[in-house]
Amino acid sequence: MSISLPALPDAATPPPPPDGAAVVRRRGLAISPRYAAGRIGGAAVSMLAVVFIGFFLFRIVPGDPVRAMTRGRPVDADQLAALRHQFGIDKPLLSQFADYASRVARGDLGTSYQYKSSVSALIGSHVWPTVYLVGTATVIAAVLGIRIGIRSAWRHGSRADRANSGIALVLWSMPTFWLGLILIVVFSVGFGPIPGLFPTGGMSAPDVHGFFPVVWDHLRHLVLPCLTLVAVLYAQYLLTMRATLLEELGADYLTTARAKGLRDDDVRRRHAVPNAMLPAVTLVFLNLGTAVSGSILAETIFSWPGLGSLFYEALTVPDLPLLEGLFIFFAAAVIVMNLLAELLYPILDPRVRTT
Amino acid sequence: MIADFRRLRAGMAGLAFLVLTALVAVAAPLFISGHDLSAAFAPGAPRQAPSSDFLLGTDAFGRSMVDVTIWGARISLTVGLLATLLAVGIGALVGITAGHFGGWAGTVLMRVTDWFVVLPVLVLATALASVLSPGMGTVVVAIGVTSWPRTARVVRAQTLSVEARPYIERAKALGGGHGHVMGRHILPNVMPLMLAQATLTVSEAILAEATLAFLGLSDPTKVSWGTTLQLARQVGAVSADDWWILLPPGLAIVAVALAFTVVGRALEQVLNPRLQELM
Repeated sequence: MSISLPALPDAATPPPPPDGAAVVRRRGLAISPRYAAGRIGGAAVSMLAVVFIGFFLFRIVPGDPVRAMTRGRPVDADQLAALRHQFGIDKPLLSQFADYASRVARGDLGTSYQYKSSVSALIGSHVWPTVYLVGTATVIAAVLGIRIGIRSAWRHGSRADRANSGIALVLWSMPTFWLGLILIVVFSVGFGPIPGLFPTGGMSAPDVHGFFPVVWDHLRHLVLPCLTLVAVLYAQYLLTMRATLLEELGADYLTTARAKGLRDDDVRRRHAVPNAMLPAVTLVFLNLGTAVSGSILAETIFSWPGLGSLFYEALTVPDLPLLEGLFIFFAAAVIVMNLLAELLYPILDPRVRTT
Repeated sequence: MIADFRRLRAGMAGLAFLVLTALVAVAAPLFISGHDLSAAFAPGAPRQAPSSDFLLGTDAFGRSMVDVTIWGARISLTVGLLATLLAVGIGALVGITAGHFGGWAGTVLMRVTDWFVVLPVLVLATALASVLSPGMGTVVVAIGVTSWPRTARVVRAQTLSVEARPYIERAKALGGGHGHVMGRHILPNVMPLMLAQATLTVSEAILAEATLAFLGLSDPTKVSWGTTLQLARQVGAVSADDWWILLPPGLAIVAVALAFTVVGRALEQVLNPRLQELM
């Protein structure tokens, strides 16, 4: 599930190639310094906006952050005052912002209220399980979605196409957390004749020794959370790939290619697909936001010890400094990945260079 | 246009299903009383498997799952529609303004939109819902202010194409101000697209509502599909294999979200002749 389908950037829908060639390679530098500088500048502005929104969201919107964090717990006035001092909320707003901005600039995301330790260190210790889970799921979803999307578009209107698009739409309409719960019921707890095949959560069992048993145990833990995340991402890849390839299908250069007597497979692989590939590749990067959201739910359901679980824990307290740090970190990760994607476009598709 | 839509079987089926769901949701108070949904004086024993008394069994409090699921439609649809109204409103305002004025104002607005597109929306929405006091209003705002960017993009593109038509120039030459051009000429032209976007946004908003409720950020006393699933997980329905508690709300979400998506796609197809040719 995702809240919004990421729209593709304008660069992803360039005008059709004028001379009918599938891909035109030009000589010269792939990325002009001006283009790169513009994109990096844009990313920097985005990052500044994130830092600013982070301050606004977690310091100003809650009214009194300390009262929000201690909601439902007995705290006396002295403790409240001490907490306010600890988080620097007793200072005027402007100097709070100055402190906060310089702190974030130094890479210090503050101190968690719940763990009493540095937010940056917490993120550091939880980041790899998430990268691992999201990375594996993204690769599987992208490969499957793009392949099946290409086939669906090429044989659009066929029974296979309708079935594939239908499955994608159902997956797209499915709440991630619910899919996770159902997978646990069917494959972990066991349902009816199906025995419990996979563990219900975590990343590994404590009492497994030896190289192969550890790897095997680890894979068994990975299957269900990964499957949940793949289901979330797969639909977008399939539908995007199908839609972009459908747009290309009417193009004149395909008629030319067919008129030359090329086999159907060659027309597809050498001519149509390369031109439709860019939006799908872009989506790998743009989807990171969706992947992060999906990861929060998948990790929560399967107690995967990553940033998503950390976020959920912080949410239930609520541990505002930790939420703030995670918000900035997630946003920064997405912005950096998008910057990479934008720097990659001109290398992948020469048509972008002219824009 | 209506005739075009009627030819699309999936869209018509989705629409019929939605009308039926809406009717049942609106009529629910006629056959479900407050007593049936009371947690303290529930009509049945907690977590009973389906039987002739309770066709879909009972939830953790002993309420009939049939009643809970039907009642859940009211909250889920209300939140979904209100959040969509907010999102499409913001999106249309931003899109029309950016498209009509252009220049640096348009650029800035579209950069803000792009920024929102890229951001992990769920993180933003949950953060917003967690810092505001929990409740339905908060959920509507959290979803509304984070799901407008796609509408803004689509509306801006359409605004740009409408702006290029001669009659807009004529309206301007006759002394029509910005407000007149945007309200009387552009808005009616982007309306159909806004409708298609709204339909797609509703399905996302319903999913988002369920997700936020599941994360405990909604009002837990209100019966919605999300809160029902959250409650189910809390009482251990997952490890106990209580499928009758887990399946109905989830399937209801899938069915309604799918119906909205299908109708939205059908509308888009009707409105975009190029897509029509291809599909």
